[in-house]
Amino acid sequence: MSTVVAATTSSKATRVLGWLTLAGFALLVALAFAWVPEDTRITEQGDVVGQFDAVRLMFVHVPSAILAYTGFGLTFLASLAYLRWRTDWWDMMAHASAEIGVVFGVLTLVTGSIWGRPTWQTWWEWGDVRLVTTLVMVLVFVGYLAVRRIPADTAVRARRSVVIALVGAVNIVIVNRSVDWWENRTLHQQSTLIARKIRDETLFTLSFSFAVGMALFAWLLLHRFRLAYLESQIEQLEVDEAMEERRAEADLLDDSEEQP
Amino acid sequence: MTHVGYLVAGWSISVAAVVAYTGWVLMRGRSLSRRVPENRRRWMMPDD
Repeated sequence: MSTVVAATTSSKATRVLGWLTLAGFALLVALAFAWVPEDTRITEQGDVVGQFDAVRLMFVHVPSAILAYTGFGLTFLASLAYLRWRTDWWDMMAHASAEIGVVFGVLTLVTGSIWGRPTWQTWWEWGDVRLVTTLVMVLVFVGYLAVRRIPADTAVRARRSVVIALVGAVNIVIVNRSVDWWENRTLHQQSTLIARKIRDETLFTLSFSFAVGMALFAWLLLHRFRLAYLESQIEQLEVDEAMEERRAEADLLDDSEEQP
Repeated sequence: MTHVGYLVAGWSISVAAVVAYTGWVLMRGRSLSRRVPENRRRWMMPDD
């Protein structure tokens, strides 16, 4: 009896991971809106200050930033691996993770802007070094994806992509360290996680949002990598078909020349 | 609750973006999978 093979990028592992991620996200929403208290503190003058309920935006903004870093960092590592082993596998991995990184990089900027309006009274600040370096980092990887769309031999495309990934990787470090290197030129605070300056409920939920984010990243990466693999297989099939047609044409030509 | 509009905007844009991207990846994967022979789709498994 023949079996039917599903024509998708899913597998048993991705289905399990997908459902776990979805369940994790539902729990994250519950924690973020029903458990975490609003962010307030009282100053020495007796004024109540803080992010108030805008703190709940942190549970999408901060994991988005972490996933963008992860995507771009993985692109860098896969690009290095491509330089070492020169296999399509690493090139496809770099492409898949860069695309996911761009999605979350754009989300980081958008959600950060939405959070900044009620907290800092501004949507965007060109003088803020963290904002501008993040924008540059995302644009570099948008450029990376654009370069990959230029028609070229796969090896040439991979080499071009590696160069941009290496340049982009320098930016990851600059973005991450910018709040320490230029602390007077940013509205962003230095790491509150390491200094434990946030409430336990907020810290727990933020950590949980990282875990859900990482599960989502892994799930997306598996599907996106398989998509890249399918694209490469179709390219290969098209090349095989073209060669087969050429061979058939050449055989036909030989036959006609042999006839008197 | 304060800043409701910002919360709704931030969360819904994030969810919508991830759902849209996920949908694109899955739909494109489904359409390309049909064009690739089964023996070249290594992660595939028979449907139950």
